[in-house]
Amino acid sequence: MSLTAADVAEIMRLVEQSGFDSLTLEMDGIKLSLRRGGTEEGAVDLKREVSAETPPGPMQAPPVVTAAPPAADPNLHEVTAPLLGTFYRSPKPGAPPFVEVGSQVEEETIVAIIEVMKLMNTVRAGVSGTVTEILVADGALAEYGETLLRVRKAG
Amino acid sequence: MRIIRTCRKLNIETVLAASSADVDSVPARLADRTVCIGPARPGESYLKVETIVHTALATKSDAIHPGYGFLSERAALASLCESEGVVFIGPTAAQIEAVGDKLRARSEAVAANVPVVPGGAVASVEEAIALARVTGVPLLVKAVGGGGGRGMKRVDRLEDLPETLELAAAEAGAAFGDARVYLERYIASGRHVEVQVLGDGNGRVIHLGERDCSVQRRYQKLVEETPAPDLPQGLRDALHAAAVRFSERLSYRGAGTVEFLVDRERETFYFLEMNARIQVEHPVTEAVTGVDLIAEQIAVASGAGLRLAQADIRRQGCAIECRVNAEDPANDFRPSPGQVREAVWPSGDGIRVDTHIAAGSRVPPFYDSLLAKIIAHGPDRATAVTRLRHAIAATRIVGVHTNLSFQEVVLADPEFQQGGFDTGFLARLLERRPVTSERVSHG
Repeated sequence: MSLTAADVAEIMRLVEQSGFDSLTLEMDGIKLSLRRGGTEEGAVDLKREVSAETPPGPMQAPPVVTAAPPAADPNLHEVTAPLLGTFYRSPKPGAPPFVEVGSQVEEETIVAIIEVMKLMNTVRAGVSGTVTEILVADGALAEYGETLLRVRKAG
Repeated sequence: MRIIRTCRKLNIETVLAASSADVDSVPARLADRTVCIGPARPGESYLKVETIVHTALATKSDAIHPGYGFLSERAALASLCESEGVVFIGPTAAQIEAVGDKLRARSEAVAANVPVVPGGAVASVEEAIALARVTGVPLLVKAVGGGGGRGMKRVDRLEDLPETLELAAAEAGAAFGDARVYLERYIASGRHVEVQVLGDGNGRVIHLGERDCSVQRRYQKLVEETPAPDLPQGLRDALHAAAVRFSERLSYRGAGTVEFLVDRERETFYFLEMNARIQVEHPVTEAVTGVDLIAEQIAVASGAGLRLAQADIRRQGCAIECRVNAEDPANDFRPSPGQVREAVWPSGDGIRVDTHIAAGSRVPPFYDSLLAKIIAHGPDRATAVTRLRHAIAATRIVGVHTNLSFQEVVLADPEFQQGGFDTGFLARLLERRPVTSERVSHG
C-alpha cells in the first residue's frame, strides 16, 4: 500500500490536533516526517518533509526539498556535501563543469568543489555510474549533508 | 535562543549556524534561517571559524554573535571577522587574546591597580620553588591558557611542587596548546563575585553591578545571584571600580565580566580573570537593571556606542538564577543526554525561563548539559528565593535526568538562605546531605 495525498492531509490534521511536535512514519519503503514548526507564541506551521525513499505518487513535491522527483530507487546514489561551503561545478570560472547530467563517473571522479574561505575541497562521486541530477546551482551555498547530485549506479 | 529573541525584538534577521545535531532544535525553528554547518562533533562544526565566517558571508549576514559557548572567546574568529569585514559582536581579537592569556591579564590588572592573588609566572622549577617560598603553600599551579576552573592543580607541600609543575605543564600543553603555567597562593575561603561591564571600545566603561556565583561544584556555577548578599557597601563599590578600571585599561568593547575572589573576613578581593563574552548568568543582571545586555552588545557592535551612562543604571531588588542541567546528581552529576519527552516550564511573577528545550527536544551528548536557566526576581532576596523554589517545583522534565531536585535542596539549605558563603558551600552541603537516588525523582 502507499499513502495518498488525502492520507497525508489526514495525518497532518491529527498531528496538528495532538500534543506532539513531530511524527516520523515509516512503512513499505515510505518515510514521512512531519514537524510542527511553531514558535513559542504557539503558532502552528506544519512543514512537510518527505525523504528520498518516497516513491513517486500523488503527493506534491514538498517545499523544503529541492524540486526533484523523489528517488525511490535504491540504485540512485546521493552525493552529499561533506562540509558547508560554496558549491562549484567547475575547477575555475569559465572552465567546463566537472560533470553534466548524463556524465559517466567512477568512484574517484571529482564531481564538484566546495569552497570554504578560499580553501577548495574536492567532492568525489563515491560510486560508479551515471549522473542523473545536479541539485545545487553553481556558486550557491551548500549546507553540510545537503544532496548535491544523484548518480545512477552502474550495473 | 536568547540572542535570537532580542534580534526578533529589534527586527534583526537571524541566521543560525547549527550542527546536524541541532538543526531541529527550538532555536533553529525560531531563527529566520538555519544553516547546517557540519556534523555534531564541535571540532567539525562550531569550532571551524572559517566555516562560520563563510556562512556569514554566503548568507550576506552583517554580523556574527558568538553566543557564550564554543566560539565566544576565540580570537581567531574575531580576527577573521575583522579581516573579512563581518562585524563580530564582542571585543576585538586583541582584547580576547589579552584576557585569554591569564598571565597577561594578571599584569594588566596590576597595571590598572587592581589587586591580584600573590604569585606569578615561573620559567623553571628553581624559580617556582623560590616563588612558592614567598607565597607559601597551599598554592595553585594554573595554566596560562586555562580559566573557568580548567587547568588548575593544588599543591599542599612544597616538595610536591616540581612533580605537579611538570604534570600541569604537560596537561596545559595538551589541553590549551600552551604549556606555560604560573603560581598563585591558594585562597582557602573566598567568594566568587563578578562585575558586569559594558565598554564602548574607546575607553568608556560602565558597570551593571555584581553577581555572586559562589554556588559552584568543581568550579562549575550552579546558582548565581545579584546583588551579592551580605557584602559591605565599601567593598562592593571597590569591586565595581576595580572592574571598570581594568576594562578601561583595555578600552574594552562590548559586554564582559571581571571575576574576583572576595575574602570576606579580611574585606579584600583579588582579580581572577576577565570573561570576554556575555555569560550564562547575565539574566540576573538584566532582571534588576532592566537592561537587555544582548541589545547593548549589538548596539556597541553596530557603532552606536554606549547608549547608557553609569547614572542610568539603577538596580532594583534581587534576582537569582538556577541552572537546569541534564545530569544525574545521584550518579556523580553524570551528563544525561537523551530525548525530552515532556517539558513544562514555570511562569509567574518575576519568573523568567531561558531555554532551548521543549517536548521532543533532543539533548545531544556532544555539548554542554545546560537545559535551561530559571531566573526569579523579587523586591528582596527572600522573595526571590521563594519564587525560585516555587518555580522549580512547577517545572517538569521527563526523559532525561536533571539536577532540579538537587537545586531544590540547595535553595532550601539554611546556609544558602543566609547568603554570603564562600565557594566551599556546595561541597559542605554534599557532605551534610549526600545525594541519594530517592531525592532525584523529580519529574
